[in-house]
Formats: sequence, structure tokens, C-alpha cells
Amino acid sequence: MNNSSNETKQSGRYGTGFGGQYIPETLMAELDKVTQKFNELKNNQQFLTEFHDLLNNYANRPSLLYYAKNMTKDLGGAKIYLKREDLNHTGAHKINNVIGQALVAKYLGKKRLIAETGAGQHGVATATIAALLGMSCEIFMGKEDTDRQKLNVYRMELLGAKVHAVTSGSQVLKDAVNATLQEWASRCEDTFYVMGSAVGPAPFPEMVKYFQSVISQESKQQLQEQEHKLPDMVVACVGGGSNAIGSFANYIDNPSVKLVGVEAAGKGIDTDLTAATVERGSVGIFHGMKSLFMQNSDGQIDPVYSISAGLDYPGIGPEHAALAEANRAEYVGITDDESVQAFEYIAKQEGIIAAIESCHAIAYIEKIAPKMAKDQIIICTLSGRGDKDVASIAKYKGVNIYE
Amino acid sequence: MLQVLQNTKELISMNKLSHIFKNHKVFIPFVVANDPDFDTTVANILALANGGADIVEIGIPFSDPVADGPVIQAANLRAFKADVHTKTVFDIVTAARKETNVPIVLLTYLNIPFKYGYEAFLKKCAELKIDGLVIPDLPYESRDEIVPTATKHNVAIIPLITPTSDKRIEKIAKSATGFIYVVSSLGITGKRDTFYQGLEELITTIRQYTTVPTAIGFGIHTPQQAHEFAKIADGIIIGSAIVDIVAEKQQDAPGAIESFTKSVNQALHATTA
Repeated sequence: MNNSSNETKQSGRYGTGFGGQYIPETLMAELDKVTQKFNELKNNQQFLTEFHDLLNNYANRPSLLYYAKNMTKDLGGAKIYLKREDLNHTGAHKINNVIGQALVAKYLGKKRLIAETGAGQHGVATATIAALLGMSCEIFMGKEDTDRQKLNVYRMELLGAKVHAVTSGSQVLKDAVNATLQEWASRCEDTFYVMGSAVGPAPFPEMVKYFQSVISQESKQQLQEQEHKLPDMVVACVGGGSNAIGSFANYIDNPSVKLVGVEAAGKGIDTDLTAATVERGSVGIFHGMKSLFMQNSDGQIDPVYSISAGLDYPGIGPEHAALAEANRAEYVGITDDESVQAFEYIAKQEGIIAAIESCHAIAYIEKIAPKMAKDQIIICTLSGRGDKDVASIAKYKGVNIYE
Repeated sequence: MLQVLQNTKELISMNKLSHIFKNHKVFIPFVVANDPDFDTTVANILALANGGADIVEIGIPFSDPVADGPVIQAANLRAFKADVHTKTVFDIVTAARKETNVPIVLLTYLNIPFKYGYEAFLKKCAELKIDGLVIPDLPYESRDEIVPTATKHNVAIIPLITPTSDKRIEKIAKSATGFIYVVSSLGITGKRDTFYQGLEELITTIRQYTTVPTAIGFGIHTPQQAHEFAKIADGIIIGSAIVDIVAEKQQDAPGAIESFTKSVNQALHATTA
């Protein structure tokens, strides 16, 4: 059914032709170097030792696979396990990928890391690893996002990074990606672009998946130890799709495991204020890849909307597009209202303040778990913690916390 | 099958863009379609032709022009404000074609022809005597995406070679048709006063592999610079400097554009002589 993995290794293509490399010539020689180095490092014992050492001794891995007893009881259906990426150093799954890519940069002899960020989590993670490895760091963030996530901006600055507020276009994540690509094109000699999601030209989607796969490597083993079986369903939120592809990776070849990606429906899938790319988008070529995008009939990229800055992206990683096409994974939309309700729900049920991105997945769990049998198991990735969102949720609820 | 291949080869070598470079240094100015509106763009194209442009390059506005600097980004926004669609761009060329036979190439990001449908897009290009496409986000590795369809319609896909191309130069040059767009410096479009120092060597390397002519672009904005670059390449491309004139003069741009084009042309003829 899904035999795209060999193809992927050959050419950075997924399914019927998603992925590829569609990027200005200025960057191609550099991309060739990154591809070659990455392929080499996958078999380099020293690199792998360094990567896993940083994951375990710096980022706090393995992350817990936590049995959410209260939610399970309250929802009255499938057993719910939460993969606690929110407990990682810097508070999200982003650190896994950033450690990997920063090491690739180091092995390439680069001294400077640049990255785009939406909610700020990837920017914080990149700034963190740059500080640790003694590299300089510049982060590009949409102006609107710097306003929504001021605390993360300050966090990045504390870590020694320079934050550029991007004022072009709609001033959100896609514009930050554009600006970072432009910066890389004008200075690639000493600079590495740490791509924050499983998007962009090959080899980035594959590289991000490789580093994020640790999520499902661990969860598979942890569930085996606790329940001696595979989960029935794995659920993760999807913007570009890095935590989701990492959460799915080790289950893709287990057809009994249902994979569900939860997209941000914003004000509703049928409205213009949405970011539900698989449900509403169409095939296009943008940001270096062929994939699904929110776009108009001319191929102009549409502005997208979500309460969550981390899911506010008009595309999706090419492997997700292929998984959707092959019906190997299902993609569903959750609205702002539903995710805010889930933010409160998981806080009160489990004592966990989860990122608004992750709460999209939780909201789906609330819908699906009651419909499943009690001997079935769901693993839901809690991709990040929600401290960063507390102020904006209060605002959304009309609560004034600055009296 | 063999016959088809034979015809295809002939078509490639016949692409009329290459011939334009035969006897003199070529000037390729650039405007963004529908900036600031439909009628002014048509008038600007005619002004460029009257001023002596050898090839007019017309940019199709894109929501996210990753290879372009602030000047062309702003032009794209002006074009969108005046409601531009892919069809509008073809309508502009149709209107210009009533008055001029100047060779035209389009600059477009790949998603635009992809969405329009490669076959329909290139058929339309052929109908309107659009001789080539510059696609900044189409590297050599992805050229099969559109090159076979373009070749069928005798439209050249003009490759870009940059100061970072290095080992890639040979394969790009050997497969080039029309002309080769040589990028003068790293980064994005926009006026510059300093350029990549190894340009002359870069062009020498390209010429080892192909007889397809070269045109230098990215950053050139004065007749003097045009004169200097024309010493090392077969032609020069000026974009942001002309788009700047449009930004400043708006509907009054055509006159200023025509005199700018004339001044660049004079400088180029001085190079040829």
C-alpha cells in the first residue's frame, strides 16, 4: 500500500510526485552539499552518538509516554496515552530537529544558524542550540507573530539570537520562510538554514522526519513495555507537519495503526479564515516543494488563519500530502473554539497546560475516544507546552489578566 | 518517434531568442505586469520597444516572490491592488502585440503555469509569440517538470547560472536554450553597486560548454554599468531600476522609461563599437 519509502530515498519524492526541489539556483549548490552531508552523517557513528547524547542529556529524552487516566475515564472510550514532547527542554518537539540540523551544520563547518519561526518555539529551540554550540543565530518571524508571541521574542534575545520582524506579505509564518530563504540565498557560505518543519526542498522534509522520528521510536517501545501491543490510533497536530511525521514515522508500515493529522480549521473549514490545507488546499509548487497549498485558482498563495501561530501555514509537508493521497493517514480540522475548549479541558482534567497547537489534537481525541472501544489505545502527541499561550487564551476568553 | 526527436532538436536550435544576440549586445528591460495598471503596462511595453529594447521581460506577479527584493515585491503588490490574474497578463501581451513585434519573455514562479496547466500556458505563450520563460524557482533538477511541454511549443526555458553554481555550470549550460540568465551576485533582485568579482571567469566557464548567449542581470541600474557588463556578456537585464521608474511616475512612466531605455541602448552600442 505504502511503498513510497524507497522512492523517497532516491529522489526526495513522495507518493505520486510530492516533494522535489523547486528553489532558486543560488541555493542549489548549497542544497547539494547539505544532501550529501546528511546522507553521509546518517551512517556516521560519531555523529549519531553526539545526536543521541544531546537528545538524552540536554533535551531530556526520552519523553514520557503518559497514561491520561482522567481523560480516559471522562471520555469513556479508548485508553489515551500522551507523548509528552512538552516536557522537552525548550518545551516542544522542535528541539529534536534543531539538535540534528545544528549538528549537520557543525559538520558542514557552518558558524551561523538562521531560521524562520511561527509561534516562536522553533526560533527558541534554534537560539538555544546555537548558544550551546557557540554559533551565531538570527531568527525571522512575521511581524504579526512577534506581536502575538512577545515572550518568545524576548526568550530568543536572552539566548543571544537576533530576531528580525518580517514586515512583507501577511507578516506571518510563510513570510518568515520567504525572508529566511532570501537571507540564505544572499549568505550561504557560513550559514545554515535550520528548517523548522517537514517542509521545503529535499532533503529538508526527509531530514526533519529523520530527526523527529525519535518520537515514534520511543512511543512504540514505551507502549510495548506498558501494554505489550501497538496503538490503534496515533494523533498529532499538523501545521507543516514535523511533530506529526515524527509521531507517525515508525507506524507507517503498521497498517493496523490509524494515523490522524489534526489541522487548524480556524473559524471553520468552510470559511476563509482557516489553515486546513489537506481539506481545503490543492496541489501546487511553493517553498521548494510540490505539495498541497491553500491557493487561489491562479496559484497565488492564500493568506491562512488560525488562533495558533504554529499551525498558521498555507502548506503541508510533502510526505503528509502523499500519506493523505494514499489514504494512509487521515487529516481532520479542529476550529479555534474547539482547541480553546480543549486547552481548558486538558488543564482541568490532567493538570497540563498544553500548547494551543497540541490542543487541536486533544480536541479531536475528545471527539473520537468516546466512539472507540475500551480496549483500544490512542497515542496523542502533546507537541508543546502552553505557557506561551496563556496570555492570548485569556484575551480570547475576554479575561483581563493585566489589572 | 525518431522523427519527433529530430523535429524537437531543430525547434530547440531554432529558438529565435538566440538569434537576437548575433550581431550586437542585447538589452533586456523588465517590468511587472499590471503595475500600476493594465493600460500603463501596455504603454510601458511599447515604450521599451520604441526605446530600443531587444527583448522585453514581463514579470507575472506572485504572492510570494522569494527571489525578489523589496522593489519588485512592492511592484507585485501594486499589480495585485489593480486586480491581476494570469489571464490579465496574457491580455496585456495581447494588447501590446497589436502594436509591436518586440520579442517577449515572461518571468514567472513555477506555481503560476502549474496551476494554469503547462500545456495551456505554453500554448498561450506560443500564440502570443512569447519566446521564453524565466522561472526563478525551477532549478536544473526539476526542469523536466515543464521543459518537454515548452520545447513542444518552441518556448525556451531560460536557465539561471549564479556565482554559486560552480560544478553545476556544465550541465546547466549544456542543456540551455534561448539565452542564459547570469545572476550578477548572491541574494535577491535589487539595485547594487558591488557585484560578484568572478563574473568574467564565470562567463568564460559557461562558454566552454555552450554557444547559447549570456545575459547578466540582478542589480544593474545605470547605463554605465550596462556598458561595463556588456563587455563580458552578450546582453544585460535591468529590472528594479525600471520598476523604480514605474513606482515613482505611475501612469506617467512610459515617457521616462523610453528615455531610460534609449540611454542604456546608447551605452550598449558604445560597447559593441
